[in-house]
Order: sequence, then C-alpha cells, then structure tokens
Amino acid sequence: MTGVGVLSRVDLGVRSRARWAGWLFALPALVMYAVFELYPIITAVQYSFFDWDGINVSQPVGLANYTRVFTEPQLLASIVHSFILIIFFTFLPVLLGLVVASIVREIRSKWAGGAARTLMFLPQIIPGAASAIAWTWMYSPDGAVNQLLRALGLDSLTRAWLGDFTWALPAVGIIGTWLATGLCTLLLMAGIGKIDGSLYEAASLDGANRYHQFRAITLPGLRQEIGVCVTITIIAALASFDVVFMSTQGGPGYSTQVPGVQVYQLAFTENRIGQSSALAVVLSLIVLAVILPIQRFFREK
Amino acid sequence: MIPVLARLRDTAPKTALLTAAALFSVFPLLSMFSAALQPQGSAPAGISFPTNPQWHNFVDAWNVANITTLVQSSAVLVLGVVPIAMLISSMAAYAIAQLRIPFGNVFFLLLLLGLTLPYEIVVVPLYYQMQQMGLLNTQLGLILPLIGLNMPFAVFWMRTHFQSVPAEISESSSIDGAGPWKAFRHIQLPLAVPALASLGVLMFLSTWNQFLLAIVLIDDPNKRTMAGALQGFVGAHSTDVVLLNAGALLIMAPTILVFLVFQKYFIRAMLAGAVKG
Repeated sequence: MTGVGVLSRVDLGVRSRARWAGWLFALPALVMYAVFELYPIITAVQYSFFDWDGINVSQPVGLANYTRVFTEPQLLASIVHSFILIIFFTFLPVLLGLVVASIVREIRSKWAGGAARTLMFLPQIIPGAASAIAWTWMYSPDGAVNQLLRALGLDSLTRAWLGDFTWALPAVGIIGTWLATGLCTLLLMAGIGKIDGSLYEAASLDGANRYHQFRAITLPGLRQEIGVCVTITIIAALASFDVVFMSTQGGPGYSTQVPGVQVYQLAFTENRIGQSSALAVVLSLIVLAVILPIQRFFREK
Repeated sequence: MIPVLARLRDTAPKTALLTAAALFSVFPLLSMFSAALQPQGSAPAGISFPTNPQWHNFVDAWNVANITTLVQSSAVLVLGVVPIAMLISSMAAYAIAQLRIPFGNVFFLLLLLGLTLPYEIVVVPLYYQMQQMGLLNTQLGLILPLIGLNMPFAVFWMRTHFQSVPAEISESSSIDGAGPWKAFRHIQLPLAVPALASLGVLMFLSTWNQFLLAIVLIDDPNKRTMAGALQGFVGAHSTDVVLLNAGALLIMAPTILVFLVFQKYFIRAMLAGAVKG
C-alpha cells in the first residue's frame, strides 16, 4: 500500500501539471465565451442601473429602471403578452403533437409517418423572419385566412387580423403554433416509437379504451419528450423576437408588444439603454425562474 | 365488405386529421407561392391557382433582393462561424471530459448558464462593444459574437460525446506516448465525426437563420445573413405583395433545399439537439 502511495504521489505531481496543461485546449472556448457572452451579460446588468442615451454621460439611477419595468404600462404589458404567448407557442403545439403522434402510432403506416414528418418539419427550418412574412400575407385583408372565412360563409368574421387590437396577439401566437408544432410532433413521434408496443396490446386485452391507454401508457412514456418540448417552446415564447418584429413590430398600439422587441426598440429607437437593459435582465431572470423548475419537474421520475 | 368498411370508418377520421395537420404546415408556403406567381403590380387575393404563372417574378426578385450577394455573405458568415466553433468547442469538451482539467466542472456550469439565457440580454452591450472594437457593420463583428454565443450548446453537445468515448482509448493513446494534441487530432477527432456532423448541421442552420444579432450589428443588408436581409427587403417592398412573396420565398429556398436533400440527417440532428439541449 505504501509503495503505491509514494508512486501515485510522484505520479500525481506529473499528472496534475499535465491536467493544468489541458487548459490550453479549453482556453479558446473560454475566451470567446467570456468576451462575447459573459462580459456582455455583466455589462447589461451594469447598464441597467444607469440612465444612458448611448452618447452622453450616464447617470446612476439605482433601481428606477427596474421599478419602471413593472409600472410603465407598455413594459409590463410586454411581459404579460409573453406569458400569453406560452398558450400558443407551448400548449397548443404539445397538444397537437400528442394527437398527431398518437394517430401515426395507431395507423402504423410508414408512408403517412414519413410524409407527416417531412411536411410538418418544414416550418422548423425556415427563418422565423420569413415565416412572419408568409403569415403577414395570410392575415392581410386580401389574404388566405379571410378568403377561407368567406368560402365558409363567415364573412362577418373577416378583418385585418394583425391590425386588430383584440386579435393581433392571438394571430401572432398562431404563427408560433405553426413554428413549434412540427418539432414537438417529431419529438413525440420519436418518443412514442420507444414505448414498448406490447404495453398497448396488454392494455387493450384488459379492455382499456383509447383514452385510458393514452393516460396510462402514452403520457407517462413521453414524460421526457414533453419536458423537452415545453422547455424549448417556453423559451421561444418568452424571448420571442423575429416573428413579432417582422409581423407587427409590437403593434397596433402595443397590443402585441413582447419583451424582445421592446428591448430592441428601447435601445435603438428610443435611446433608453439603461431601461432596455433592465428589461433584458428581468426577461432573463423570468426565463431562468420558469425553466429551472420545469426542468426539475420533468427530469425526476 | 363489412370489415373493410369498419376499418375505413376507423382510419378515415385519423387520415383526415393527419392531412389537416400536414396542410396546416404547408398552407402559408402555398399561399406565398400563389401570390408570387401573379402578374406584378396586381393585387392578389388569397390563394388562387395561377392561370398564367409569372415565373419571371422569381428572376426579378432575385435581382431586386440581391440574392447572389446575400448567398455569398451568408456563406462567409457560416464559414467564419461553424468550423471554428466546431474546433474550439470540441477541444474544450475534450479537455473537460477526457483530460479532466482542474475546475473543468466550474467552467461547464458557467457554460450551462449561457444555454438558457436569451440573446436579448447580450445584444445591446454587444452593439457598444463592437463599436469600441471598431467591428460594427463588419462581418467579423458578427462572426466573433456568434462563435462565443454558440459555445454553451456546442461544448455541451461535444462533452456528451467525449464522455461516451471509452477510457481505454484515451489511455492506450497516452501509453503510446502520443501527446494530448496528437491524441486529440489523430484518435479523438476521427471518432467524433458523427457528433461533429450533427453539430455542424445545427450551427449552420442557426447561423444562416440568425436575425436579431444580424440586424443590430450590421447596417448594410447585403452583409447580413439571409434572414437579416429580409428586414431591408420588406422595408423597401412592403407594398408590392407579388415581389415581396417571391423574394421571401427565394430567401427561404436555400435552407429548404438543403433540408430536402439531407432530410434524414437534419431531423436526426435537430431531434437529438433538442433532447440534449
């Protein structure tokens, strides 16, 4: 035992030097991450305690920027909207994904599964900004949505969807549903494929109907996949930018304003850098506060 | 006869639902396509079968939107970001997972923090930082931040791979007297090719589609990513529905083409990426 101890102490000296030398491998990544992510994060926190227009000398204002995030109606509304968007970005896609994935499992047609996969995945790979253009055209007074309503005899419902104070936010939300449904469906389809098929056979022999099978087998079996969908799409809802920026710019009024677009406008059109940074910090804290418990919930068995 | 009917009654609603879901996915794209083929200057209404499709619109939109320049500048950005990010992230992941560098776990935890934080928190400071560095409105000024911002996911991804490499492989290479760099280059990297390929696909897509940083850090739409250039294009042609739709379709086309060709690969990478992320 002692011999081994002596040996390993010598060995340890050499090895610990070698282990420190390993940092040469990690250094480039650390430098890039520190300079272009950590440092900007720290700077944002620092900005958030100042009043600064980007040019003149900044004035320390304490927590005033943070108070305003929760008292200025437009800023508070942007945060509320981002939570409303979770219904469209997260809830609907997961629901639709579960339905489609269950159907594909029951049909057991490779062809249907493959076709659904390709078509439903398309929205996932085009830029969000481009999807916003597609949908802006769909929602326009002459667009396909109104055309469809007229064809169904629902002329009274037609409107300029993105210009409507009540309907603009749900309309933007549906764009998010469109973007996220494919990814969720595919994830859930892959997850269902991993569930042991004999479970379903045994259940139906026991007389369990389709709903019971779904509750007792599918849903628990997909716990991890649902967790992934929920995590990704909630981040996308809370931090949405591309789609809103390209479709409504937060309008009409501020009825579709979201924190992402608000951060951009405060900084680059209103020159309120401190206020913009405070909102960005609040947004980041909200994302962490929502995501961490969700991660824990879906990880534990 | 009757079992067939019963089967049909069972499958018909399911097939209808599936078809509806698939249609929902492509409908907005079809609506764009139909508008893009109408005569220029006309006011298209909804989806209509183009009786006299104006394919020439795409040529015009190609020229007006400067697609040739845009493809080139997006390619420069992708080539600037993806290979370097792949290399330095796998080096770091190798150091953390295989060389077990001191405080490697602290570094890793620090990276995990960046995994969930939205870009909104870095975009304004980055603007002023790039201004100070004199890199505002240059492609390098977009490439460098994108490399840095890709690190959390990329290191996370490659670390998962390097953890799965059996210890005997690294041990045997160090007994052979190969230094860590040689072992990395000649033994570890070749083994990492599948993981690296998926990572490359994901980073290609996120760089190509990057919007927020592109419009903030680069003023000139011709130096931006394809997605970022859309903003300038919409600003200039928002009233011309035909040209706008044709241009937007052209801007989407490269990723759609790449996707259709490498479909299996894309889906596998994105699903795995989602699960691990």
